[in-house]
Amino acid sequence: MSEEKEAVTGMEAPIYLQYNFTAGSAPARFLKRIREGVLTGQRCPRCANVYIPPRGSCPACGVATEEEVELPDKATVQSFTVVAIPIPNNPIKPPFVIANLVLDGANISFIHLMSECENADVHIGQRVQAVWKPESEWTYAMDNIRYFRPIAEPDVPVDMIGKLPITGWEGQG
Amino acid sequence: MTAMKEIAVVAFSQSDCLPKAGAANEVELIMPQLRSVFEQVGLNNAQDVDFVCSGSCDYLQGAAFAFVAGVDALGAVPPIKESHVEMDAAWALYESILKIRMGQADSALIYGFAKASSGELPIVLSQQLDPYYLAPLWVDSVSLAAMQARLLIEKGLASERSMAEVVARARKHALDNAHAQARGEVSVESLLAAETVVSPLRESDCAPVADGASAMIICTVEKAREWGVPYARISGIDHRIETHNLGMRDLTDSPSTRLAAEGAGMQHGPVEVAELYAPFSHQEIILSRALGLEPDTVISPSGGAMAGNLMMASGLSRVGEVFRRIISADITRGIAHATSGPCLQHNLVAVLEKG
Repeated sequence: MSEEKEAVTGMEAPIYLQYNFTAGSAPARFLKRIREGVLTGQRCPRCANVYIPPRGSCPACGVATEEEVELPDKATVQSFTVVAIPIPNNPIKPPFVIANLVLDGANISFIHLMSECENADVHIGQRVQAVWKPESEWTYAMDNIRYFRPIAEPDVPVDMIGKLPITGWEGQG
Repeated sequence: MTAMKEIAVVAFSQSDCLPKAGAANEVELIMPQLRSVFEQVGLNNAQDVDFVCSGSCDYLQGAAFAFVAGVDALGAVPPIKESHVEMDAAWALYESILKIRMGQADSALIYGFAKASSGELPIVLSQQLDPYYLAPLWVDSVSLAAMQARLLIEKGLASERSMAEVVARARKHALDNAHAQARGEVSVESLLAAETVVSPLRESDCAPVADGASAMIICTVEKAREWGVPYARISGIDHRIETHNLGMRDLTDSPSTRLAAEGAGMQHGPVEVAELYAPFSHQEIILSRALGLEPDTVISPSGGAMAGNLMMASGLSRVGEVFRRIISADITRGIAHATSGPCLQHNLVAVLEKG
């Protein structure tokens, strides 16, 4: 009989792989403009929906989006959440608000921070506007916008969110 | 009992094999190929087929669930029936054929894509090995293939010269392939004059890393007639896999390919063309022997993977290349082969015939 050996119950095999990530041709055009402080969406040639940030295709129709559309930095809160748990390596102290925001003239939301507001007062349909970092700090990132803050405009009804024209909400007449 | 539905390939498109696709992301690589196959049949988007199946590998993109982003290329509103294999899209074709034969669909769109240049491909592929004994050693795909080539040479079944002959012929064939990355008239002597990278393999023995995508539409023969488009029948398809334990395999043979070919019915007629997915030159020699190909069979007239190796799409492209030759009336019967895993571990064979 061979002497009994201790059973192997676990092993570590960490994986490290390096990649050169590319955003894509359409996202690269978006990033180039945001470096200049301009928000640019892309319109679907078939259904006319405007996407920001654009990925290069209309996911609904499956066609390439070529036409660029310059958008304002006013948006509407489509949904939101109050983050109460600290996230490792995130410098923002909880509780803070992250929201799905739809820019005027766009038909899809993106996630960004909200600030200069009482967390308890944040609500769906609320009107907000971007607070930008100083121009000297602008880079190829949505972080050029520090956060969105509420503005004194009437709430947008739920069925109108994501359907506002580029001219904005007050332009609804 | 009703007869099994006969499968027709009606459209195929492949991108150029690019060493680096630049800024393009995966959706941007896929979309032109989807457009092309939709146009070949006269369809609008994925709404016009009953089933969609794709092949890709998240390890190549370096992001979990990266394949989901590819769905943006489809036009998936309202929702479509869609599936994915973490494999070459030749296996997405296999799944789609099962779907049609089960009577759950009459048509299917299949696509495969990868931007293999994003990572260091031979190292990335080391992570497809068994996770306990081999993957932690980071054995790269070129080193494993070199070991296989060495075994083949020592057994007297290949030589560095016969391997170089495979490369020279592939590049010559690729002169007629507008999407090829490596093509041209090159002498065996000039190939042999280069140093080996991992002995006995030279750089020319290894398929060049490429970015790109390919797409295909299949349907029932009845549907192809209804659409009024030329088609090639897939009269048989089968795939077999060998153990993940390389030490238990005879790396100088490919029994899984042989079984898959038998299952697909290769032996029931002449093989005018055999499009083989051999990412290394010596693997074409193994595959030809395993399949028992006759001397009059033209091997990989497109140049095969040696002309450009689109990860997760090259297997599907082999089927597409045979399809193209059948509908252009160059041939009436051919086979397509796809492989996956280290040293030809997993193999698929499809037989295509004139409608």
